[in-house]
Amino acid sequence: MIIPLALALGLLVAPLVRWSGRRLSGDAPYWRDMPYGAAYGYVLAALALAGSAWLYFVNGNVFFRWGVQGFIAFAIAAYLFRLAGRHIGTGWSRRQFRKMPLTASFGILTILVYAVVAIFAQWLAPYGQEEILARANLVPGGDPALGGDPGFPLGTDQIGRDILSRLIYGAQNTVGIAFATTCLAFLLGGTLGFLAATLGGWLDQLLSRLMDVLMAIPALIFALLLMTIASAWAGSERGLLTLYMVVIIAVIDSTRVFRLSRAVGLNIVVMDYIEAARLRGEGLRYLVFREILPNATAPLLAEFGLRFCFVFLTIASLSFLGVGIQPPLADWGTMVRDLSQFINYAAFVPLAASVPLLAAGAIALLTVAVNFVVDWMLHRSSGLKE
Amino acid sequence: MSAPLLKIRDLWIEGRSDETWNPIINGVNLDLHRGEVLGLIGESGAGKSTLGLAAMGFTRDGVRIRKGSVEFDGIELVKAPAATRRSLLGKRIAYVAQSAAASFNPAHRLIDQYAEAPVQHGVMGRKESQADAVELYRRLRLPDPEEIGFRYPHQVSGGQLQRAMTAMAMSSRPDLIIFDEPTTALDVTTQIEVLAAIRDIVEQFDTAAIYITHDLAVVAQMADRIKVLLRGDEVEEAETREMLADPKEEYTRSLWAVRAYKRPQKPLVPRGQTPLLRVDGVSASYGRTPVLHNVHFDIHEGRTVAVVGESGSGKSTAARCITGLLPPTEGTIEFMGEALPADYRRRSKDQLRQIQMIYQMADTALNPSKTVAQLIGRPVQFYSGLRGKALRARVDDLLEQIELEPETYRDRLPSELSGGQKQRVGIARALAAEPRFIICDEVTSALDQLVAEGILRLLANLQDKLGLSYMFITHDLATVRAIADEVVVMKEGEVVEQGAKDDMFRPPHHAYTDLLLSSVPEMDPDWLTNLLAERGVGNIGEAATDKM
Repeated sequence: MIIPLALALGLLVAPLVRWSGRRLSGDAPYWRDMPYGAAYGYVLAALALAGSAWLYFVNGNVFFRWGVQGFIAFAIAAYLFRLAGRHIGTGWSRRQFRKMPLTASFGILTILVYAVVAIFAQWLAPYGQEEILARANLVPGGDPALGGDPGFPLGTDQIGRDILSRLIYGAQNTVGIAFATTCLAFLLGGTLGFLAATLGGWLDQLLSRLMDVLMAIPALIFALLLMTIASAWAGSERGLLTLYMVVIIAVIDSTRVFRLSRAVGLNIVVMDYIEAARLRGEGLRYLVFREILPNATAPLLAEFGLRFCFVFLTIASLSFLGVGIQPPLADWGTMVRDLSQFINYAAFVPLAASVPLLAAGAIALLTVAVNFVVDWMLHRSSGLKE
Repeated sequence: MSAPLLKIRDLWIEGRSDETWNPIINGVNLDLHRGEVLGLIGESGAGKSTLGLAAMGFTRDGVRIRKGSVEFDGIELVKAPAATRRSLLGKRIAYVAQSAAASFNPAHRLIDQYAEAPVQHGVMGRKESQADAVELYRRLRLPDPEEIGFRYPHQVSGGQLQRAMTAMAMSSRPDLIIFDEPTTALDVTTQIEVLAAIRDIVEQFDTAAIYITHDLAVVAQMADRIKVLLRGDEVEEAETREMLADPKEEYTRSLWAVRAYKRPQKPLVPRGQTPLLRVDGVSASYGRTPVLHNVHFDIHEGRTVAVVGESGSGKSTAARCITGLLPPTEGTIEFMGEALPADYRRRSKDQLRQIQMIYQMADTALNPSKTVAQLIGRPVQFYSGLRGKALRARVDDLLEQIELEPETYRDRLPSELSGGQKQRVGIARALAAEPRFIICDEVTSALDQLVAEGILRLLANLQDKLGLSYMFITHDLATVRAIADEVVVMKEGEVVEQGAKDDMFRPPHHAYTDLLLSSVPEMDPDWLTNLLAERGVGNIGEAATDKM
């Protein structure tokens, strides 16, 4: 009710704002050339800001507060990180940090934190990922009055495993496996794509049609199908099943990488410098790795970032559906599924409801961070100015 | 004298790059009266286009007018509201861009795009403006004026498209048109048609125009007055005839002098000597489309053979046959008396080394991710196996040969070089293979005249020093006059005439050679008028066809 009213109100206020702007500034071009649509946009933005302030201070919505506080904390952390990067390190890295937007430094910082957590999970986690402890369903926050325990800052799950430890191990499992899978997909798709672009002819036709066939099958369903077969093969060997999963997702995702690298490669192959290299008598390996690849890094890196997110989400979805990373190994996708019932208590105990959001938030944060970094890299390599 | 139509006073424009504002135009003044044509000339980067756009009160993204005024018919454009500017652009001020092919929307028919501006500005209705389009197409001597408007941009030739674009600019009968290098991308024979059409139409409607170009001979035909720009500064301005006869400034004189470069023709090779390269009865086709028909020519040691012709005449295809990229369907390529394998993949490393190529667009010919040292070093390493210090020394040596300071340029990327420097690196890469024969494919046509002249001189010096032979593909006869020993004229995949340069430039010619030669603009401001009179006033396009 209040939102349509605000929208209508903005419609009336916008011309007024523009008119008073013109009067007050002595008809400056900025106000004079402002379209009414833009003025309306400013009014709406102001309303949204007022709404958020109300939500934060008066209404006191706890999740919104966390969001705002988190945002500010991350922004400060990113700023400090960039500041540090500008003063520490080699001349090259300092130069990079000097031109870096805040989003990119936030992304790099987040990725670094994830990497450290994943690598040192054994030492960082207070408990083991499979360890079942005394009390189940402890509320996060560690305040005994609200049903928490200072020993388990993020609480425990239904069967009494420490959620903080599982989140930390989840970084190792989920991120590590996603990274390995993406690398494999790129190795496969990139090599074949460049080969198809450089050699052309029947090889190109064969590979392209093969990829079309693979792409024609919906990715998640295809993965589910193959995983079912794979789990029959793997039997009770969990490690082997994980390996199968990596290969299956890598093959499915390599089709997208193939498409991209072939398209990028085709654009590069027609360049005169490739012709010059061919006429020099250069071999295929030199052509692909020395002439084509360096010029294809920007789009490939961008795709790597995106692909990493997709692979990551695929693994999380497979785990959520029960065929991915198998319990008791901790995995963020599985955690979201297992803890999802807690959402039902959001109205009564916001702290308890935040538990599944922690794993989901970890996924979301990494996805956003990766995309920030990729955007920055793309911007840099395309030579765009402002 | 009445008040000028366009009055630019103390205009300063700057552009943003690397986080700072750099000057582009420094305090230029300009006056343009009704019905007058002003030529703006200068090298690339002189700010010609920026000034042209500023005359419409417009700047590109990342460019701003720092101070100064642009007054069009009493209206101050710099400070005018966007709405005022919009009501002028397309109606009273129009713009014709360099590449008509890139400026037309490929998804709409020509006549619909023609009608857009008049309908938008409420000058005419759609029906009315389409009838008007046909009339203008007729005046611009487009073939089949009733029907041509109903074609899509890709269905007409480049020269016709440029004329259609001029017609479009005329659609609202503007008071001022800005022509930004409208003929630069065209062949000489097509250029004439467009020049004549533009000149006529501007005269007929008494339109004022700013004509931007880097070709002096063209501007001499078109403009009443000429303004010379150098890096955003005005060098001088004068009436065309006065400027041509007696340039005041040193820089202007150097521009004028460029065309004077001419290398004496070397003595003819005695008959019977084995040529370095012989193209013997070569025919070739792309798929099923034949492009070359039974082409013969010889290139002798230490000589430069210029291959000339319009675009589509098969010049570059001949080069592709020689390099082996396009195996000929008939005939052979002989190098030093031996037949070369048709496909480059079957040639030996040494055969590949002997024939090198320099490309037209240095931008696409140099791998943008490699430094100059890597670009030049690779062929050295590949063919001679030099490594480490010896390789570095050879690269420095090559850089000195192309007159680039090794210390400064060794580690630069192509994006950090100017157009002329890039082309020099392209030359060095060809030299690095120590070839005997180099194919130069339009190597100067993307460059400014001063820079192009430097490249030509460099090539000539290298030839004298290293005994190289060149096959020089070009459509610019001024270049031919400057550097060639022998000339091969091609048309529609056939050689129509060949011989020593001095003979070729002396009549009698083959009719087509004559057409090519007479189409090269000369510095004489009456040249176009005389030429049109000579070819028969009226339909110039037809006259050209008759001659063939």
